[in-house]
Amino acid sequence: MSGRRRVDEAENASQVIGTSVIAQSTVETPTEKKEAATKTETQAPWNVVVHNDPVNLMTYVTMVFQRVFGYPRERAERHMLEVHHNGRSILWSGMRERAELYVQQLHAYLLLATIEKAA
Amino acid sequence: MEICRQSEALEIRELDPFLAELLRQIPESVNPKDSPAAEERLFSAPASAEEKELRAEWKLYVVPELRRLFQSATEIVRQDLEQLHCTKKPFANCMLRIPLAHAEAWLNALNQARLAIAASYNFTEHELCDHFRSPFGSRRDLGLFQVNFYGFLQEFILRETSACPDEG
Repeated sequence: MSGRRRVDEAENASQVIGTSVIAQSTVETPTEKKEAATKTETQAPWNVVVHNDPVNLMTYVTMVFQRVFGYPRERAERHMLEVHHNGRSILWSGMRERAELYVQQLHAYLLLATIEKAA
Repeated sequence: MEICRQSEALEIRELDPFLAELLRQIPESVNPKDSPAAEERLFSAPASAEEKELRAEWKLYVVPELRRLFQSATEIVRQDLEQLHCTKKPFANCMLRIPLAHAEAWLNALNQARLAIAASYNFTEHELCDHFRSPFGSRRDLGLFQVNFYGFLQEFILRETSACPDEG
């Protein structure tokens, strides 16, 4: 009985080890890949894009650009006019987290803003 | 209607009952519950549809925060608008005093209202730029007038507060 038990335990152990090995070989690789992908994703530059909106006033949009990005009036106006004439303008490029924060601030001012991976 | 800046406030004097009523409608106008288009505009997506994870997280964490921010601005405006309920004569002109410290809240609430109304009625760019539109024939026309009137107030607030950017 005890011998059979040992055999059972040994079999269970090998199964567990086997599973563990399988689990390691099947799980670790994608995780590594995912981590690597995520790292690349966050390190690659992201654009903060503001889209045209016929309702928001031009003066208001300029003021928001000055406040959120700290741009001087001339630069803020240039971006505002680009949004107005071309439908969109890239306001900032850089790390994803910061880009998300900028978009959040722009949404708080009710501007149509998105982030997108830089080409 | 006369609009001017005093030392610590913006004053709208000789406000006739019609315009006063439009101002009273600001808090109601910003509520997009009945209009999915307005809700979509006030809480727009932060990225393209491909960014599913970001969009889901945004809905979960950012949208409630934005909602609180917008409600807080609207509440300040609602309290300022209480002044318009105090007129003794029902059809008399009245005055509204907006403290400079509330200017940010007014800009936000007016913007919410303009965007929500414009999205609800799906105004085109051409309509929004038509400042010589004929008198109101429908609720939609009135909505367009509201968008332009609120825009006029926004312009005034922006002009008066840009002279002192730290205020508000």
